[in-house]
Amino acid sequence: MSASGPFDTAIVGVGATPYYRRGGSAPQTITELAGKAILAACEDAGLSVRDIDGFAYYSGAGAGYGQSMDTATFMETLGIPEVTFSAALTSGGGGSAGSIGLARAAILAGDATVVVTVMALQQVKQRLGTVFGAVAPSPENSFLQPSGLVGPGHLMSVLARRHMHDYGTRREAFAEIALSSRANALTRPKAIMRTPLTLDDYFNARMIADPLCLFDFCLETEGAVAVLTTSAERARDLRRTPVGVVAAAHGGVREWGRAFAWYGMPDEYFASSGHAPIARRLYDKAGITPDDIDVALIYDHFTPMVLMQLEDYGFCKKGEGGPFVESGAIRYKGGSIPVNTHGGQLSEAYIIGMTHIVEGVEQIRGTAVNQVPDAKLALVTGGPATLPVSGLILGQMA
Amino acid sequence: MSTLTTTLPPAGIQITTDSATEPFWQAAKENRLVAPRCADCGTFRLPPSPFCPNCQSQNVDWVTLSGRATVFSFSIVNGVPGQPELTLAAVVVDLPDAPGARLVSNVVDTDPDTVRIGTPLTVDFVEIADGWKLPVFRVDPAAESAPLSGT
Repeated sequence: MSASGPFDTAIVGVGATPYYRRGGSAPQTITELAGKAILAACEDAGLSVRDIDGFAYYSGAGAGYGQSMDTATFMETLGIPEVTFSAALTSGGGGSAGSIGLARAAILAGDATVVVTVMALQQVKQRLGTVFGAVAPSPENSFLQPSGLVGPGHLMSVLARRHMHDYGTRREAFAEIALSSRANALTRPKAIMRTPLTLDDYFNARMIADPLCLFDFCLETEGAVAVLTTSAERARDLRRTPVGVVAAAHGGVREWGRAFAWYGMPDEYFASSGHAPIARRLYDKAGITPDDIDVALIYDHFTPMVLMQLEDYGFCKKGEGGPFVESGAIRYKGGSIPVNTHGGQLSEAYIIGMTHIVEGVEQIRGTAVNQVPDAKLALVTGGPATLPVSGLILGQMA
Repeated sequence: MSTLTTTLPPAGIQITTDSATEPFWQAAKENRLVAPRCADCGTFRLPPSPFCPNCQSQNVDWVTLSGRATVFSFSIVNGVPGQPELTLAAVVVDLPDAPGARLVSNVVDTDPDTVRIGTPLTVDFVEIADGWKLPVFRVDPAAESAPLSGT
């Protein structure tokens, strides 16, 4: 397969609920939110929900933190007559982009024809920000939890510190990622954060886990997003311009492993995103280089992890992510590689990676709010987190 | 000088063990910092786990360490849920006598502004819930004047 196609599979529909601040989606339930997103994706594609015969989840079909989704429940409540594939990538948000690869695998194996990937989350029972502090003690997390690193941002601040030490990265670089994302969100009708963010705002913000401040952390939002994948052949007959699955990959190497849940990464992996092996496989499969990517939708739970992914995906050299972003390279207006044109999880909404897939689809369709002119190839990433981490390249059908 | 660093309220810190990790915590009860070293290939590993990731052996020697450590990286946590006033220096430490193994812990009783990557530390033990003890670290006054080579 090459970046010019022909592709074997395509994304043909995307759908989402409104995005809500923490607590704002009540009294809807997880099943209701997910169902609305699935129905919206079907409407977008011009398919009936009865056409869905496959489910490809990630996060082990978890819905946020401590809640879950279930295929049989969706069949019962939405009236889906028969399912021939139902599976999930393991671990957490690292699998978001890779779940489209799981859908593709099902379609190529002949096990399903229309596969939905869905994520829904609510944060009232458990919020993202303190999720690691709140889980029950286990033999494994007894080596982590007592330290008081209560949330994922706290955990990743330790990686950020090491990157600053190793490469001289400045907080100004993290600030630029927050400011650039906010600038992109200002024009987005669904974005949660639609007021400008200044460098003064950034440097005056509360230091939650020094070196990271409030604006380095993503939003704690609620909602649901669904994506429909089908064969390239079937995609041509549907309502919307199909978006080709150029390449998808998930996994990673043992040196990254559980990442900031064990901190045993050798020095050369510690201040990284764990994505270098994914990047290598994606570019190999697609037959392209980073220069060919027109827009990058980079999983942005915390600003330093965007910087480290930009390095691991080869947009700049290892260690040069700080000067690279400070140069304005990731800006929608004037940047060399526009990043998170939708405002990302930092400023639009956090639905555990799904909004990045939606934006990748809209960019390739040519319908994005902040459209990159003539975008032909979009990179979408999931994680950095405990393996698997994942990536996806979307492209225009030949 | 800032507020001195501490730990989470010790009485609220709970741990659980399994057959692989129990010796680590039993040694801590005796104020000993230990790490499992593969009895076949000599590779250290933390957290303790059922297999050596280098040679897959299940034979382990539990080595009592000196308690010396250096800060590999760290974060200053300003407040946690229910305890907004706490200042924690959460650290990932290298253990010079267990190369390749790291611990995640706290540096206690220090000015958070003085913690650095490479700061030499020495272990101490804090009583936590259910009769267990937690290894924590203090800045090592003996080593401070002649720091170990920064990592």
